[in-house]
Amino acid sequence: MKQEMVDRIKNDPDFIQLVTVRTKFAWTLTIVMLVIYFGFVLTIAFDPSILGTPLSAGSVTTVGIPVGVTVIISAFLLTGIYVRRANGEFDELTRRIKAKAKGE
Amino acid sequence: MKPILFLLLGSAGIFASEALTGAVEKQALNMSAIIMFLIFVGATLGITYWAAKRTKTAKDFYTAGGGITGFQNGMAIAGDYMSAASFLGISALVYGKGYDGLIYSIGFLVGWPIILFMVAEQLRNLGKYTFADVASYRLRQTPIRTLAAFGSILTVILYLIAQMVGAGKLIQLLFGLDYEIAVVLVGVLMILYVTFGGMLATTWVQIIKAFLLLSGATFMAIAVMAHYNFNFETLFATAVQMKDVSIMAPGKLVSDPISAISLGIALMFGTAGLPHILMRFFTVSDAKEARKSVFYATGFIGYFYILTFIIGFGAIVMVFQNPQYLDLAKQAVDGGSPILGGDNMAAIHLSHAVGGDFFLGFISAVAFATILAVVSGLTLAGASAISHDIYASVLRKGKADGMMEMKVSKVATVILGIVAIYLGIAFEAQNIAFMVGLAFAIAASANFPILFLSMYWSKLTTRGALLGGSLGLLTAAVLVVLGPTVWVDFLGHAEAIFPYKYPALFSVSAAFIGIWFFSITDKSDTAAKEREAFEAQYIRAQTGIGAEGAVEH
Repeated sequence: MKQEMVDRIKNDPDFIQLVTVRTKFAWTLTIVMLVIYFGFVLTIAFDPSILGTPLSAGSVTTVGIPVGVTVIISAFLLTGIYVRRANGEFDELTRRIKAKAKGE
Repeated sequence: MKPILFLLLGSAGIFASEALTGAVEKQALNMSAIIMFLIFVGATLGITYWAAKRTKTAKDFYTAGGGITGFQNGMAIAGDYMSAASFLGISALVYGKGYDGLIYSIGFLVGWPIILFMVAEQLRNLGKYTFADVASYRLRQTPIRTLAAFGSILTVILYLIAQMVGAGKLIQLLFGLDYEIAVVLVGVLMILYVTFGGMLATTWVQIIKAFLLLSGATFMAIAVMAHYNFNFETLFATAVQMKDVSIMAPGKLVSDPISAISLGIALMFGTAGLPHILMRFFTVSDAKEARKSVFYATGFIGYFYILTFIIGFGAIVMVFQNPQYLDLAKQAVDGGSPILGGDNMAAIHLSHAVGGDFFLGFISAVAFATILAVVSGLTLAGASAISHDIYASVLRKGKADGMMEMKVSKVATVILGIVAIYLGIAFEAQNIAFMVGLAFAIAASANFPILFLSMYWSKLTTRGALLGGSLGLLTAAVLVVLGPTVWVDFLGHAEAIFPYKYPALFSVSAAFIGIWFFSITDKSDTAAKEREAFEAQYIRAQTGIGAEGAVEH
């Protein structure tokens, strides 16, 4: 890539927007995932009995079962949330940046 | 004479279920399993023939021509991740310890979203065939490629040994073949798939196997749930009656906070540093397909883990204490209710309990197919590191002819295959449970930090990446050797010098700090140039402008 093109894209408001918005979004989702997972694992490390509590009096199923399944589903949902926004908003910005980089 | 397959989960830790280990005795020939396996081999060799005709260039060989869709790649990634050892190992863990099995599988899943948010698209936009392409993008080729290739090959070989030994034992158990024959068979078939069909054949073998495994596991889970009117409470209540209430709560798998954090880091960053997984992102056309791959892969893997949880509980209620599967000889000696072949056979016995001999044959054949597919993916990644990174980039300084490079990778595949067969046989009687853990530790401590910082940190220099990455690799290797899994379980010392099973917290920190320190103190001219080159790389990473094989708009 030529330096002139680098400078042009670097200062393109669409590029700046893409990078700031996507970086923030990606980090937010990463932190959400880390908090969910380490919250789960550290609960087990510090006080496993929380997850061993029965869901309701007399039931065998413990709180840990829905919590564990929720962690799995949340990982899938978070990827879905990211892909949905990236395929729409971010790809549109990228398309505009590319068109300008080629056209002008 | 009953087969015994021990799952050494005690001090070997979480990665033990990734490596089937322990002594095994040969089973009687299982004809229905062998016939179904032969059908699978026939079909996949047909695919290899078809793929071979389409594999003409180095790009075809390494990346299936870049024409795999996001959905297909997601399936293939899931296939890479759902090894036979993880299918049998996780269901065995659930069968043996209940809830701990769920904790285990969750750890393996949560790395995927992170890969999507942080590396998947950037990897696709910057790389061509191997992750070293990205790591060395603006750094000096020779040192960084060498280090990255070394990290890749080491990870691949450790993983490969674990798979080969598991394969030999499993096949001995399921099919009644000799250990050596089983290992040689796996090695030869894998060499055929990879050398002739390259990434295209490897990917389709992986997709077919992932489909078969998911279908088989779904059938088993539904069959189990149907017995209990799809009521989980009834299933769990029956299981608790058979064992005891402790299976519904966390046990001893994760005990102290340091181990918990260290394990989490190893699993997350390790997954994001496995060369055979990273390589999959170059098989799709652009960043959009790359991110779709992770979405589908996460879905399939998560679904698979939920199935194995149900299968594990299904085995508790339908296999545990079922006289049909009881190992009477072992019971006479040790007491309790041991099942034939040990806990790792829980899912296999369950397949018989719900679907009879025919379905048992099917699941056995799928387990074999799974091993084949996983070792093929690993070998291709190892061969690419040798041919693309070492041969083409380091030895020929990037001036290698594409055809020659492909030839080198085919030779490398054959050599790796032979090495894998040899090591598989050499390690037969060894406790190799630590190997997958070590592979993850190295991937997390050497491959991942270099890859991640090369994408995001403008001040990274060759010196920093080289010294810091090597430091991470060495720290990981040394701490694993001094830790409980090797020092005590493998070498037989009484007490470990390093107390934790998972060194990732320390070795990953060492890598990041090392890379940071040796980069910022690097005042050389080349370092200044490398920092300047970040901007152009960053633009390509973010937008895909100039990316290899990207779709032009």
